[in-house]
Amino acid sequence: MFVELKDINKTYGDFQASKDVNFEIEKGSLVALLGPSGSGKTTILRMIAGLETPDSGDIIINGVRVNDVNPAKRGIGFVFQNYALFRYMTVFQNIAFGLEIKKESKKNIKKRVEELLELTGLTGLGDRYPNQLSGGQRQRVAFARALAPNPDLLLLDEPFAAIDAKVRQELRTWLRDMIQKVGITSIFVTHDQDEAVEVADSIIVTNKGRVEQIGSPYDVYKKPQTPFVTEFIGQSRFIEDYHKFLGFDKGDYRGAVIRPEFIEAFKLDNQKIKNYIDASEEGTVKAVHFRGNNLELILDVNGIELATYRSLERRRVEVGEKLRVIIFKVIAFDGDKTVILENKELLGKNINNNMLESYLYDESQKSFVI
Amino acid sequence: MVIREKKKLTPHGIILIVISVLFVLLMLVFPLVSVITNSLKKGFDFYIKSLSTEYVLSALRVTIIATVIAVVVNTFFGLMAGWLITKFNFKGKQILATLIDIPFSVSPVIAGLAYIMMFGRLGWASPIIDSINEMFGTDIQIVFAIPGVVLATIFVTFPFISREIIPVLNTQGKDEEEAAALMGAKGFTIFRRVTFPHIKWATIYGVILCTARALGEFGAVNALSKTRGETFTLPLEIDALYLAGSADSITAAFSVSSILVIIAVIVLILRNRFEHRELKQKEQV
Ligand SMILES: Nc1ncnc2c1ncn2[C@@H]1O[C@H](COP(=O)(O)OP(=O)(O)OP(=O)(O)O)[C@@H](O)[C@H]1O
Ligand SMILES: [Mg+2]
Repeated sequence: MFVELKDINKTYGDFQASKDVNFEIEKGSLVALLGPSGSGKTTILRMIAGLETPDSGDIIINGVRVNDVNPAKRGIGFVFQNYALFRYMTVFQNIAFGLEIKKESKKNIKKRVEELLELTGLTGLGDRYPNQLSGGQRQRVAFARALAPNPDLLLLDEPFAAIDAKVRQELRTWLRDMIQKVGITSIFVTHDQDEAVEVADSIIVTNKGRVEQIGSPYDVYKKPQTPFVTEFIGQSRFIEDYHKFLGFDKGDYRGAVIRPEFIEAFKLDNQKIKNYIDASEEGTVKAVHFRGNNLELILDVNGIELATYRSLERRRVEVGEKLRVIIFKVIAFDGDKTVILENKELLGKNINNNMLESYLYDESQKSFVI
Repeated sequence: MVIREKKKLTPHGIILIVISVLFVLLMLVFPLVSVITNSLKKGFDFYIKSLSTEYVLSALRVTIIATVIAVVVNTFFGLMAGWLITKFNFKGKQILATLIDIPFSVSPVIAGLAYIMMFGRLGWASPIIDSINEMFGTDIQIVFAIPGVVLATIFVTFPFISREIIPVLNTQGKDEEEAAALMGAKGFTIFRRVTFPHIKWATIYGVILCTARALGEFGAVNALSKTRGETFTLPLEIDALYLAGSADSITAAFSVSSILVIIAVIVLILRNRFEHRELKQKEQV
């Protein structure tokens, strides 16, 4: 493993910002540290970089315990949350700084900086000062500056936070491609789950200074292991009385989370629902929100509010209209664990779900697969 | 950035402006102009003559020595203290920040007396000075000598530079320094290449304020300086000339004062220029 954190604890005064943090990162991977604000993401990143010292635990980079190694000697490139570009240096000087400190020759510096300017699409902007650049360009400079001394590990603190939503999408793809091209092991912090899911190979979810779950975006999304992750990921709604829905028993759970994609709603005259009309129950449309590429329906089912998506290609529904609603599954909370509960009424049936394409009962796994 | 809206002047506004202009004229401009006119009352030759007496030249020398040393020392300590306070966390940081401001809240006379208490015949630091003199065969005197004048000047002007740069450094944060440190830059390189460009104008502005204050200091120096023609500074010399009471000496007092007034006006102009630059720099942040 390229980076390992073992039993890391860190307190600021009497506030514990990291609690028993353990994780490992493979060489060459792009990992997201995902968690709500204040969950200790930046703290972890700063400890790896050596800008903070853990109270206890080991930080190992490339097989060497670096706790007592000078930050500058850890082979790390760091992109700060607001870039921290040197304001009184030009773009060229910013990128060249680390190389100058390393006493590289003028010729090599010029060559490397120009190479990076080209790589990051900043050719021709070398003489500008940071305040003459757009947000996206600044981020690229920060990225180029961090990469200039050829680090082995790249750390990025909320690299997209200061950029407006439209450009952000573009930059995400850009950054992922760029990191792949350079082939550098990278950890980036974000509190935006879409960002983590889209960009990262694997995700470390943090909450209140602890690591809640580590896994691929797919696993974190499909198999959230703790109630926190379940609620944090996706468009989750916590419902205490989920057993009021058809097909679910009460059990010993304190409640369950339902996501829009766990629900399908059909018009009453829909032919496809005929076979499993028994598994459906009535819901009333309370609101319809246009969400760009689909609609979000807010439904009232048995007095409980649920949300589901509906393709724009399907027939229109009106507020107040009654629909047949099927809930495929819920994620129930069992203490600090989670359990996926399938709809009992549907066992053994194959259902066509417009959002999920099809939803088939797998006899061997005794559960539905998508 | 601040968007300034131009508002139409109301009658109330006009009255307020007239009152403040009158006030400034009456309280500041007329008195200063009268210093200049009085200094030239007995002709230009007399003016030059009264400026070139031995006493005045000595006072000018002492004033310049004290000012230059105070500015150099305070620039050095001001930058150091400002950097320490804003970029590092250590115990007693808050206390240090408060201590720096003491000269603002203590009357200069008290500062002067404090040095007498410390270095005077009965002061606790007097034996230390004595033993130093013995050891090196020197004859350093603090109280009623030029070192005392310099110390007093340093004391009263101590906060000026750190006061100017601390707010700038505070708003700037530590990110740029951390970025530089991660790339392997060492303390002084970081200061020179990353931190100092941020505070260049604030430092120059602080130096100007410090100079102006050092030139004009009276109270603290008065307590520590007793020999005319040796340890007197310009303000003390002016005071002595004026107290002498003859018509000639009073005019001479005005002549010497006019030097300080002219320096003050120059400082004011410089100050204005650099304040403008500093503001512009802040706006860029
Ligand atoms: N220097 C510090 N002194 C005291 N408390 C701190 C310090 N730095 C961070 N904290 C506290 O530690 C906790 C975790 O902070 P951290 O910056 O790691 O959170 P984060 O997950 O990066 O949050 P965000 O998404 O808002 O950046 C916060 O509650 C914060 O208030
Ligand atoms: Mg953070």
